Amino acid sequence: MTTEKLFKESIKKMSIEVKNLTKSFKGKTILDDISFKVEDGEILAVVGLSGAGKSTILKLICGLTKPDSGEITVSPGDIAMAFQYSALFDSLNVFDNIAFALTERKEFKNKYTKEELKEIVAQKLKLVGLEGIEEKMPHELSGGMQKRVSFARAIVTNPNTILYDEPTAGLDPVSSTIIEDYIVRLKEQLKATSIIVTHQLSTIQRCADKVIMLYNTKVVYSGTPQDMINGGNEYTRQFIDACIEGPMKVAGIENPEQVN
Amino acid sequence: MNYTRAIEIFKQSATYNLAKLLLNQAQDFFETIGEISIRTVQVLKFILLDIAKLNFNKKLIIEQCSRFAVDSLPITLSIVGMCSIIISMQVAPEMVKQGGEKFVGMLMGVVMTRELGAIMSGFAIISMIGSAYASEIATMRVTEQIDALKVLKVNPVEYLFVPRVIAGFLMMPVIVIISSTFGLLCGGIAAYLSAHVSKLNYISSLWQGLYVKDITVGLAKSACFGATIALISCTCGYLAYGGAKGVGLSTTKSVVWSFVAICIIDYIFAALFFF
Repeated sequence: MTTEKLFKESIKKMSIEVKNLTKSFKGKTILDDISFKVEDGEILAVVGLSGAGKSTILKLICGLTKPDSGEITVSPGDIAMAFQYSALFDSLNVFDNIAFALTERKEFKNKYTKEELKEIVAQKLKLVGLEGIEEKMPHELSGGMQKRVSFARAIVTNPNTILYDEPTAGLDPVSSTIIEDYIVRLKEQLKATSIIVTHQLSTIQRCADKVIMLYNTKVVYSGTPQDMINGGNEYTRQFIDACIEGPMKVAGIENPEQVN
Repeated sequence: MNYTRAIEIFKQSATYNLAKLLLNQAQDFFETIGEISIRTVQVLKFILLDIAKLNFNKKLIIEQCSRFAVDSLPITLSIVGMCSIIISMQVAPEMVKQGGEKFVGMLMGVVMTRELGAIMSGFAIISMIGSAYASEIATMRVTEQIDALKVLKVNPVEYLFVPRVIAGFLMMPVIVIISSTFGLLCGGIAAYLSAHVSKLNYISSLWQGLYVKDITVGLAKSACFGATIALISCTCGYLAYGGAKGVGLSTTKSVVWSFVAICIIDYIFAALFFF
């Protein structure tokens, strides 16, 4: 490694650090002694079977739920989250949804004029490729558009950490690609650190710098998307090949014969 | 081995299932009481802070006030109007027969200001506004909109509960004044049509039956009803989980708890001021 490279590595700032995180719900352990790091400006993809605790990690990082033990350190600044089903406020139009944090959050209240708000909202909508839809209600938008509006709402305060909970779930392949492009675009423009919970291989390939895989409350793989696709370990191979046989068992389906 | 089998058989028995159901109900009851108490303290804290800083979210309060009054007024007027017509139709002919024509208005006045106006409006508000609050907030809960509020660093209790509770507290007395006046008018018409009680007799005896204490206590009670209905409905919605079934259950729960709560408040007011 050259001196310059070493220097660059040393100044790379930590953005999210999770240490020995444990979380259980109603006596059932979901995450057990999980540790990982995401460097500044990186995108980490969290993959795993359904119910592996991927979304729980996001909820723990943004403070929606508290860990039983362990430590989560996030660089100072705003944390934003784009929810799996968009979670747009259905009684508010697109403009009010995006401007919500700026109009209702105490630190921003009365800070911006109506004109300034219009400008900010228009700018954020442009960033996610949706211009001129400020007056529309969430139910008038397609699933993909709702996701992008939820991205715009998440980034309105210029956060330095963005969490995406299954951003492409339930979308057609073309819409998924558009969403993935916007995730990369947001990373480049906002220089934000991101975590994506996903099941989609395409999202991992197109967006992620690093991948961790969860299974049975533990991190069973940690590496780059390329390594994961080119070999990884028995868990990632089973995940990529989408086969029933392998070390991972789906709850209720203990062996392949039961499927039949 | 036999012991394990015995436990398994016991777990399938009706006694075990009934006991389990009762325990779950009791747990749910105390959890709801606890939640309502916590939310009451939080809402009071936010209202007091707003009063101290003179910093109310006027837009949201006005929005909720107009919704509370406008949406509920037709149904409230219908219920209070019909109840006073029924009472007047049943009581007025009997009173006239006994020579008490001059007391029909007084009776209607006392009944309406002390009890009927507030309690019937309360029931109408529970079915119209309380259930809407509960289902709205429950839907927000199950569709992660409340989580979104938290991530956007907006306190859900301050944003969702406070304007609704203030709207309930302020608008309920207004609704009660309008519906009671309408009820007295309907009662007068019904007394005239069913027992030929003259307008003059009705109005003069009504005037005698209206006491300042009854009116003020009735209005104070209705303000408590409004705030309580809003608080309970919002809390029940906030506690929802699951999907459509969870929304339905929380709405039912809000209606039941609100009915019970306003009956208890009504009893407390009656015991404090009229005994």
